[in-house]
Amino acid sequence: MEQRIKIAIIGGGPAGLAAALGAYESGIKAEDILIIERDSCLGGILNQCIHAGFGLHRFGEELTGPEYAERYIKKVREADIGFITDAMVLALNDNKDITYISPTTGIVHLKAEAVILAMGCRERTRGALNIPGTRPAGIYTAGTAQRFVNIEGYMPGKEVVILGSGDIGLIMARRMTLEGAKVKAVCELMPYSSGLARNIAQCLDDFQIPLMLSHTVVKIHGKERVTGVTIAEVDSSLKPIPDTYKYISCDTLMLSVGLIPENEVSKGADIEIDRVTNGAVVDNFRQTSKSGIFACGNVLHVHDLVDFVSMESELAGRSAAKYVTEGFSGENKSDTVPKGGVRYVVPQKYYGSSIDEKTEFFYRVGKNYRNVSLNVLADGTLILKKKLVRAAPGEMGNISLKGEALDKARKASNLVFTIEEGENV
Amino acid sequence: MIYDVVIIGAGVTGTLLARELTKYKLNICFIDKGPDAANAASRANSGIVHAGFDAKSGSLKAKLNVRGCKMMKRITEELCVGYRNIPSLVLCFSESDRAALNELYERGIKNGVPDLRIVERDELVKLEPNISDKAIAALYAPSAGIVSPYELCIAAGENAVQNGASYIFNYEVKSITENDGIYIVSDGNSNVSARYIVAACGIHCDDIAAMSGDLDFEIIPRKGEYMLFDKSCAGCVRNVLFPLPTKNGKGVLVAPTADGNLIIGPNANVSEKDDTETTACGLNEIYENAVKLVKTLPSLKNVITSFAGQRPTPSTGDFIIKFSAKYKKMLHIAGIESPGLASSPAVAEYAVQLLSQAGLILEPNIKFNPYRKKLIKIRELSDDEKQKYISKNPAYGKIICRCESITEGEIVDAIQRPMGATTIDGVKRRTRAGMGRCQGGFCMPRVTEILSRELKKDMSDIRKYGQDSILLYGKTK
Ligand SMILES: Cc1cc2nc3c(=O)[nH]c(=O)nc-3n(C[C@H](O)[C@H](O)[C@H](O)COP(=O)(O)OP(=O)(O)OC[C@H]3O[C@@H](n4cnc5c(N)ncnc54)[C@H](O)[C@@H]3O)c2cc1C
Repeated sequence: MEQRIKIAIIGGGPAGLAAALGAYESGIKAEDILIIERDSCLGGILNQCIHAGFGLHRFGEELTGPEYAERYIKKVREADIGFITDAMVLALNDNKDITYISPTTGIVHLKAEAVILAMGCRERTRGALNIPGTRPAGIYTAGTAQRFVNIEGYMPGKEVVILGSGDIGLIMARRMTLEGAKVKAVCELMPYSSGLARNIAQCLDDFQIPLMLSHTVVKIHGKERVTGVTIAEVDSSLKPIPDTYKYISCDTLMLSVGLIPENEVSKGADIEIDRVTNGAVVDNFRQTSKSGIFACGNVLHVHDLVDFVSMESELAGRSAAKYVTEGFSGENKSDTVPKGGVRYVVPQKYYGSSIDEKTEFFYRVGKNYRNVSLNVLADGTLILKKKLVRAAPGEMGNISLKGEALDKARKASNLVFTIEEGENV
Repeated sequence: MIYDVVIIGAGVTGTLLARELTKYKLNICFIDKGPDAANAASRANSGIVHAGFDAKSGSLKAKLNVRGCKMMKRITEELCVGYRNIPSLVLCFSESDRAALNELYERGIKNGVPDLRIVERDELVKLEPNISDKAIAALYAPSAGIVSPYELCIAAGENAVQNGASYIFNYEVKSITENDGIYIVSDGNSNVSARYIVAACGIHCDDIAAMSGDLDFEIIPRKGEYMLFDKSCAGCVRNVLFPLPTKNGKGVLVAPTADGNLIIGPNANVSEKDDTETTACGLNEIYENAVKLVKTLPSLKNVITSFAGQRPTPSTGDFIIKFSAKYKKMLHIAGIESPGLASSPAVAEYAVQLLSQAGLILEPNIKFNPYRKKLIKIRELSDDEKQKYISKNPAYGKIICRCESITEGEIVDAIQRPMGATTIDGVKRRTRAGMGRCQGGFCMPRVTEILSRELKKDMSDIRKYGQDSILLYGKTK
């Protein structure tokens, strides 16, 4: 089947939903938008996140994942924006030709005028960590375990060791404990957690679950089902220290060792990928290196809070609307440059113009900081200084440029983001 | 029921023999202690169809390898199994190693390996652009290939069942007795009777041989570890690359797999039977050795899984295919280490000859169908063909494994086929669902659901593989 559409959105999670609404609210007709979702329902990963903690920034209240998603799904339905579920995109090229497959439509070749990538991310697995030992049942990524518990209603384990202190791992530590399992330890390779501080307090501390920083799993035991793991402390180069090996008996090893933006489809369109974020390189419109292809949400860079995903994705939706109605003028793009303590900045490029009064930049730092400042320099001149009481790798930061600072930034050829420590902060 | 032939062991040796025997009017049964075929060496090896220059000239190994390699193309076509004829290159890194390279060449010629020759650096670089800068020459064997080993093993079992063979899984043979010319095999709970027995038990061949009082050989389990890389790394090499062999074996190779990944390994260490643990130093060892063969090797970040298998190395140095001294109609097929996979079609053929010589009557089965029931691989079809299948059955349009693009229709088919999948790993080895870069993180819960629905079992009764490989402990509170 051949189809045409103005704006195709790949992924119907929070990013895709917000992008669709962003485009719709900018004047694109509902029937000119199509959300393509591979799961059986819209909402993405939020559907299995039944704990509260979503929407504080966005709605000023704490919602569960499904509640947060429902607000957007309702709006999409009310607006009658097009979507198809159980439909998986198999291919995309830089001409914005999409091929997708679904039980109801079969194979569809879809020609889009603009494409928004909103495919989210996947979890890193044991293979990627290369943990030696046996290969029994009982090794789950935290997300898989979460799905079993929250959607299917089954217990994937009784005695659990969690490797990695990412947010899903922390949330699952609490969830498994509430369901009657014993979480024996959460091991984290780094000397700090990559999860949100509030999750460490509410999911581990409240249940006396030990968080073992600078620890990793060096071996998995058990022929058919996991019977235990050997853990070890690591040195400053993250290598296990031999005489710290310790055996912990358990039936489950849960992995929360990072998320990887799911960019397999993007590669088909030959989109430039940022080696740090593993997402596309985008400008302040969230347009990728291919004109008319936009990216937002976790496929662009892994967010900790859905609120920011929605915000970013609405922008991508509005940009796509602008692209298909009036197009972008070919102004010079400048680079944003992460430096001294800042690991990455999104967007990586920006246009002199913008569709907003202010431009929002997201960033992450490489280690824990207290009482520092984030400095923004336009062609070497300081244009903004933001005081940070604390900054942590696990918490994405955002900084917005407006007014005079934005004017200066627009004229500059590069924008450096850097952390300043010390006296004059 | 007395079977004409019972085969113990459903590795590639056992299932290909079972299939070969269904060409005749015989009652065949193959049994395995595991829950599926391809339970041991046949599921964890390099998947190389060796050309046949390694084994000592005149040995059974040499003869059956060269013959098996020749038979592989046709048999994999009949069985719908992933196979590619790609050359192998044994690399030579110094002038002082030339003699060894020549020796290998000479042996290959003697063994009857076709089109074998030594290529010099100029040509080598053209054949393999990513070849190590230090390689000066190589032994080039264009008859070699790569095959998906577990697929071959399962497909042969399935085709045997299609042609009338029976099978029993989760049945560990603990004793064999003879009564009036009939053999009785037992797992301690129930018996299976047969006129002929074939033991094709991999590393446990000597344990089975002990049951028939044959103590003249021993099997030494030698573990080999591997790392498998993401499909995006498949372009790393075009050929199967080996170093020169040593006393310890063929050495660590770098090769594409029939499924489109990149594989490196194996090392070789004697370990306890059934020890298939990977170790930190083993994985290091293979990476360090693999790096030497190529200009650039993908970083460890691209590894999607690591695993290990055990070679059933015979104390005699050659394949042992002979009748028991005590039970005259019990055939041992033992010590089938590498190139056992490459040899497997020839081993089956040879074993049938021996059985016939021992009195097994071979009356052709005119209904024998060499073709495995058609296997639909949606990802390999054109868009038009995909559309055709989806129109007939919408489940072929529903992707369950995102990484490998495997549909619900394919998974249901894998469960419903002859000798169908009953476990998560069974589905994985038949369809590739869960073999991609996310290693089942996403599709495993869905596959569990489909297995539970199709087999009419509760979700918590679905196993990863073995009977104790519990996935779920009942419902939540
Ligand atoms: C690391 C490694 C690399 C290799 N690489 C290659 C290669 O590249 N090319 C090549 O040609 N060959 C290779 N081989 C060799 C090849 O894998 C084997 O020769 C082949 O798989 C042997 O098959 P099999 O059926 O004889 O044994 P197996 O596959 O080991 O099967 C034996 C079966 O017997 C069953 N069994 C054992 N005892 C009992 C019992 N008491 N009751 C019931 N069932 C029992 C087991 O469960 C098992 O399923 C490699 C092997 C290894 C380990």
